[in-house]
Amino acid sequence: MNLLDQAKQAVQGMAQAVMTKAVALAPDSWVPGGQPDPLMHSKHGLIGAPVSRLDGPLKVTGKAAFAAEFPLPDMVYAALAYSTIAKGRIRSLDIARAEKAPGVVLVMTHHNAPRLQPPPLFLSEEKAAAGDNLPVMQDDRIHWNGQPIALILAGTQEQADHAASLIRATYIEEDAQISIAAARAEGTTQSQFMGQPLHNESGDAEAALAEAPFKVDATYTTPRHNHNPIELHAVTLFWQGGVLRVHDAQQLVTHSAFTLSRVFDIPEEKVIITSPYVGGGFGSKSLWQHHILAAAAARMAGRPVRLMLSREGVYRIVGGRSPTEQRVALGATADGKLTALIHSGLTVKTPHNAMPEPFILPTRSAYAADNILLDVRHVELDMLGNTFMRAPGEAVGTFALESAMDELAEKLGMDPIELRLRNEPEKDPTSGLPFSARHIAQAWRTGAERFGWHRRKPVPGTVREGEWLVGMGCATATYPYYRMPGGAARLTLTSDGHVTVDVAVHEMGMGTATVQSQVTAERLGLSIDMIRFNYGDSTLPGLIMAGGSQQTAATGASILAAYDALKKELVALAGNSSPLAGLKPDEVGSRDAGLCKLDEPDRYDSYAAILGRARREEVRVEASPPPPLETMHWSMHSHGAMFCEARVNIVTGEPRISRFLGSFDCGRILNPKTAASQFRGGIIMGLGLALMEETQFDERKGRIMNANLADYHVPVHLDVPEIDVIWTDIPDPHTPMGARGVGEIGITGTGAAVANAIYNATGKRIRDLPITLDKLL
Amino acid sequence: MPIIINGAAVSLPDDPRVSLLDLLREYLHLAGTKMGCNQGACGACTVLVDGERIISCLALAVQYEGRAITTVEGLATGGDLHPLQRAFIEHDGFQCGYCTPGQICSAIGMAAELERGLPSHVTADLLLDEILASREELAERMSGNLCRCGAHNGIMDAIAATFIHTETSRSTGPDSAEAAA
Repeated sequence: MNLLDQAKQAVQGMAQAVMTKAVALAPDSWVPGGQPDPLMHSKHGLIGAPVSRLDGPLKVTGKAAFAAEFPLPDMVYAALAYSTIAKGRIRSLDIARAEKAPGVVLVMTHHNAPRLQPPPLFLSEEKAAAGDNLPVMQDDRIHWNGQPIALILAGTQEQADHAASLIRATYIEEDAQISIAAARAEGTTQSQFMGQPLHNESGDAEAALAEAPFKVDATYTTPRHNHNPIELHAVTLFWQGGVLRVHDAQQLVTHSAFTLSRVFDIPEEKVIITSPYVGGGFGSKSLWQHHILAAAAARMAGRPVRLMLSREGVYRIVGGRSPTEQRVALGATADGKLTALIHSGLTVKTPHNAMPEPFILPTRSAYAADNILLDVRHVELDMLGNTFMRAPGEAVGTFALESAMDELAEKLGMDPIELRLRNEPEKDPTSGLPFSARHIAQAWRTGAERFGWHRRKPVPGTVREGEWLVGMGCATATYPYYRMPGGAARLTLTSDGHVTVDVAVHEMGMGTATVQSQVTAERLGLSIDMIRFNYGDSTLPGLIMAGGSQQTAATGASILAAYDALKKELVALAGNSSPLAGLKPDEVGSRDAGLCKLDEPDRYDSYAAILGRARREEVRVEASPPPPLETMHWSMHSHGAMFCEARVNIVTGEPRISRFLGSFDCGRILNPKTAASQFRGGIIMGLGLALMEETQFDERKGRIMNANLADYHVPVHLDVPEIDVIWTDIPDPHTPMGARGVGEIGITGTGAAVANAIYNATGKRIRDLPITLDKLL
Repeated sequence: MPIIINGAAVSLPDDPRVSLLDLLREYLHLAGTKMGCNQGACGACTVLVDGERIISCLALAVQYEGRAITTVEGLATGGDLHPLQRAFIEHDGFQCGYCTPGQICSAIGMAAELERGLPSHVTADLLLDEILASREELAERMSGNLCRCGAHNGIMDAIAATFIHTETSRSTGPDSAEAAA
């Protein structure tokens, strides 16, 4: 980011701070969420029903078409060649052999690529989606090791791959900043996240720490991670009459369509992205260079292009999570009351993105402490732009914070759950806002009972079964409720009682279409088979990213707004002969495919009758929900109590997880079947974070060394025990449907729960992830 | 001689570099079989060859002349899903659905291996006539099929419900915790 961008962010941040204060002080009733959504109390209908995924039959038969699975006439295949240096200029690029190779249609390099605008960087403006704002193949400059230097189009993938292997480049290499230690020696920078400094301070935490009778002060480190969705990033795209049409794997269809339109300097509506099925994303399926390169090449060649990155290609041009080095220092009185809470440290980004891993986020609302100091600083390296990965901030931040809480509990001789409960805050410790709903204590109690926590031996290394040491650990999971601005949805009610929902949201496996069909059916008093849910298409209403675990709330709020508009329209259409005559839209609700007076359900008129009398085939409404001011009025967070039983082999040091329980407080659970899968999925990625995942970055060359699934280990079936998940199911009165997101919280707290269990098993405190067997020998 | 894909005879590709996976996806447009790495590391491309599971990205199509290949598109009979396909839906054995065809084909091949009494790395007693299909045994045998969404529990439940007729050991919950303590 340049100075101007930084200034812009700071101004936005200041404006936001003033706004935040005003909204915090406003009466509840002025704020969205001030009136509870009546649907949150729905007990016997579709809300909370374990409906199987509606797209299940398509997925188990292989008929769901992913981005690379649209065969087009005359289509050509793309392959990329990547730089092998981290910084410098291309001296020469020999493409002669590649051009002559069989089947080759085009070799695109910075010499012949069309002139393109740099893509707007994600978070730099409302609809921006790009992982960085570097120009794409516009000059001879190399910014990271792995940057694309040439694209080949050929008749088959084999031909394209072969031709790419024939490209020869030489470079004028420059000194690259690729060592964290070297960069740190030149100074670190205060990090900002979404326009606000990653810094909070109240009281004098260092002084309180010095005086505290009980304290821990330790450094925790976490490595780089990659998302590794099993579907490779891919596009199938073509230009038609000046319109760029993209079959994509996307978690931000609308943002990405806007971003591509800016790159190619065409009107926004001239880019159409559809992405009905996404083979996993976890933060990685935003806009990266392959989109831009494929679209540019398709325009040059005048033919449809398929570009599916190789697995190595994904590591080269799709960013991952940055490493962190975190200090957590806790001071406490003998009865376990925190007097000092310090969480600070260092992370890494590039000069071309705005994403310092915000690891203090979970600490802001975690514990009551009189003196708090939270701070993130960063250095900038010449590397691929790092990005958001499942629970950015919380996933690694909770590892440090919750490991330290475990260490403090041991020093105090106190049960670690008891220590956490004694520091439960009454209001948000850093913002001062009241909590919208916080039932973490209940999650702890029910979880502890179910897990059998009372059987844990507080002295480490005392339980042994054969050649295995066995231990139990716990940690708090936490993730915020977000609802980002820009939501909108369209409802079309037809005279046969069917409803079509149009909203530009995403299905990466969360169960979006299934759950939103349930919610819409329940809201409109229809059966689920009367709902058609259209999504994954940038031409539909709404700017709703699948990120921040906000999609369910943002979509729910959008459909609720459209429903209010629909009621208004229907009440107006109903006419004087209707039992609803004279009622205001606010006084009516839905049941049995019609509207009724809320407190007098017998005053009822069916949708079919209303439309029939009005001689209307359909009623179509589109609406946007109010801006998400509720997040500035309440402190809104989900929580979980995570319990782990770990086993460590005394001969080999091998760690295994034998049991895991997540006890969650995430508001109302809309579909227990898909929600349980989301919780488990997060926990399993957390087991990977704890025990095996590490993107190895060569600090001599700036190149990722394990750019494949054989060397980057993710949990496999045998690594995954049966994972028990339970939840409070207490609605949050200030969110749509009473629900908060469930997609990311599972990966939070898990790392610490594992590390704490391994400590309890072995007496070895590992503060450096992943906890591999060499650290336990 | 042609290659038989889901019962239909198909010509072999002219280019000997074409993998069985690319033959399916790019030449026959049978995109149900997925590419997750093209390096034999993820299992998403698993198909059945005469009932045995193989990784189709590491197989050249020309090697399979005259052999019968079954892909995920060939598992349903008539309009009826294979029992394992139904079980995957019932037990939520997937989220994004991308590794799913490979998991399903792999599990069918794996069940046949168990049936034939082939041991695995975790088989404790190699002398027994019948291998106890414990959860650990199933998990070990399915560990070549990666899932990143974290549907592992649902996948195991679906496999156990379809192929294993005795109760497999379930290790979660307060009751089994009592037993383990």
